[in-house]
This record gives sequence, structure tokens and C-alpha cells, in this order.
Amino acid sequence: MLPVGGVLIASPWDTAARLSELVRGIAFWRSLGQTFGHIASGFLIGLALGAALAALSVKFPVVEDLLRPYVFMVKSVPVASFIVIALVWMSSKSLSVFISFLMVFPVIYSNILQGIKSSDRQLSEMAVVFRIPAGKRFLYITLPGLKSHIVSGCSTALGLAWKAGVAAEVIGIPYGTVGEQLYMAKVHFDTAELFAWTAVIVVMSIAFEKFFLAMLRLFYRRLERS
Amino acid sequence: MIVFEKVSKSFGEKTVLKDFSLEIAPGSTVCLSGESGAGKTTVIKLLLGLEAPDSGRITGVPEICSAVFQEDRLCESFSAVRNILIACRKVKADQAESALRELGIGKEDLGKCVGAFSGGMKRRVAIARAMLAESELVVLDEAFKGLDEDNLKKSADFVRRYARGRTIVMVSHSGKEAELMQAGTVKIQPVPGESRDKTHCAEKAGF
Repeated sequence: MLPVGGVLIASPWDTAARLSELVRGIAFWRSLGQTFGHIASGFLIGLALGAALAALSVKFPVVEDLLRPYVFMVKSVPVASFIVIALVWMSSKSLSVFISFLMVFPVIYSNILQGIKSSDRQLSEMAVVFRIPAGKRFLYITLPGLKSHIVSGCSTALGLAWKAGVAAEVIGIPYGTVGEQLYMAKVHFDTAELFAWTAVIVVMSIAFEKFFLAMLRLFYRRLERS
Repeated sequence: MIVFEKVSKSFGEKTVLKDFSLEIAPGSTVCLSGESGAGKTTVIKLLLGLEAPDSGRITGVPEICSAVFQEDRLCESFSAVRNILIACRKVKADQAESALRELGIGKEDLGKCVGAFSGGMKRRVAIARAMLAESELVVLDEAFKGLDEDNLKKSADFVRRYARGRTIVMVSHSGKEAELMQAGTVKIQPVPGESRDKTHCAEKAGF
């Protein structure tokens, strides 16, 4: 233990020892599974709705006008304010799903909307002349054109989803989640456990991002080789 | 019969076509020629329904068209065969492969994405796509641009073979291309005394 400002701070060795203890318990995996499920759900809902509403905004500009204040608000208001406000209406259990979604949606929406707006007009004209059906157009013209926007949007949104999702759990303290474990470690001044959970969150966030982006690239590679 | 009757078209302040008239017989091959900026591409866009005339009438345009545009307009991350299959509903992969081979695309290049192709190869893929598509009218806007002598002959021969009685409207600055395609030439030119982007008429030649 290293004394810092009157508090004993765990050394990297203490943290590693605590982590190895944690991973042997079933509560660790249950908490991790629960938090992962919530954040992944929030991310996927944000991805689906962001993409759908971006497409709708191109077709109906009024949708973009209606969503503009919300997108601006999410970008500028601190996430803690959203968490506290959301806790008034919803249970702490579903809070991290909602907060992850709330943070992911504007990033995905803005990226995909920008991608659609800057799409290749000449290819769209070609599709009209050759009467390419809508499904084929989406698969072979729209999706490849959006590749860089989807990849960069997902990369940013995945990091945000983990940060905001865990912050929601720490404030809402839902039972059996990583956020709750982090909160309890802070209450007990157990800095070794606090650092161990923080390391786990960082690893999970990076691993999920790498895995998801690898799947996305695999999908594009398969599509391009089809 | 495709008929342009006193068609005018402006883009903002600029009048591109004024009282433009033209007749194209079904099954014929017509080459539109004329100076740059004379409005050839605008005629093509009107023909393909990508632009609407400001005044005048266009009648007799078949519903199903295919085209080689001035730009290649290919899906760059897909193979040459996939590009054809995307646009041509009834074409099988082996038919697309054999057409591409006829145009001199090597077997080893068939699986590569067209983004890695040279300009001439992309052009030939665009030509194969337009000719294999099920259409009644084929539009070739400077389709042979950038092809060397050998590939130009090969491509013109390919287009003639795959025309199968369809109407072909091509744009070209080269008399040789029109000759290879055995096309009648329609010269789009400004009316004497008028600026070339103000007033146009079509002068039939070579039928």
C-alpha cells in the first residue's frame, strides 16, 4: 500500500492480487455479465434507432429538425445530469441500458446522416437508370458508401457507452452489477478492489470495441467478396 | 421512334438546350457529336429521365434503359462480375465472366475489386454492364474514352454483337468511334450567330 494524501492507495501488485481473487468468485462474472448485457443492449438499440432515424431524416427533413435540439443537448449536458433525471422515472436496473442508448444514439445518428448526405449521387443515378431493386441498392451501394461513417461512429459510441453505462450504475447502484461493486469498493476505501474493477472495465470496453469492429469489418469483407 | 420536340433546358441562368429537336428510329445506332458544352450530355440525361425538359416534349423513350455514363459509376469495392450482377437481374455469373473475357479482362482479374482496375478496364466493365442489362435503349456517353486502339475495336465489336436490335444512342467526339459502331451521326451545334450555349439544332448526317 502507498500512502497518498492520508489515504492508503493500493499498489499495482495489490490490485493484481485483488483481481485474481475476484475472478475466482462467481459474483465477479455475474456482475460482469449483467453490466455487459445492459451496455451492449443500450449500444445496439442506439445503433439501430440511430441508423433508422438517420435514414428517415434524409427522407423527411422535419425529422432532422425535430432531433437537432436533442442531439445538441446530449452533446453538451453532462451525463451525470441525465442519470439523476432518469432515476426519477426509471428503476436503477434498466438505467444503464437507457443511458448507454442516450449517449450512443446521437453519435451514430449524426455519423450515418452525414454519410447518407455525402453519398455518391452518380451511383444513385446509375441505380435509377438500371432499376436496381431497393434491397440490392442498400446492400451494394448504400452500405459500402457508409462504411467509414459506420466504423468511426461505432468506435466512438462504444467507448461512450461503457463510460456512461458504468457511471449510471455507480449512481443508480443496481444490485449485482460492476457499478455496484465499484461503489461498494469506494465506500469501504478498498482501493485495490476499486482499481481492479476499473481495470476490468477498461479491458471490457476495449475488448468489446475490438470485437464489434472486427465483426463489422468481417461483414464488409464478406459482402465485398460475395 | 424517340422524338425530341422543341426541347429547352436551362440550369440556373445558363440555357443548355433551346428548341432542340431530334428523331431517333427504333433499332438504330445514333452518334451525337458536337463541341464540348453543346449539350450532348444534357440530351443523354433527358433521354434517361435523369432530367426533365423545361419546355417541349420528349416521346417514345423506352421504359427500360441501360447506360455507360461519362464516369464509370461502378461499385468500386466489388468485383467486375458482381458489378454486372448488381445491375443486371437476369444475368448469371458465368455469362458475366464470359462477356468480360470477351472484352479482354483477364481471368485473374475477375475476382479483384474494380477499385484496383485501370481506367480502361473499368470502362470495359461499364460497357459489359450496359450491354448485358435487359434494356430497349442503350446509351453510351463517351463509352470508349481512354481505350487503346485494340480495346476500342474489341469493345465496339462487343457492343455491336450485344446490341441485338436495340436502339443505341452514343456520344463521341471521335469520327472513328462512330465509324466502328456504324452509327449515323447527329451533330449538335449552335445556330449560326448565336452563342453555342444558347440555341441548338440537330443536323442529321451520315444516315
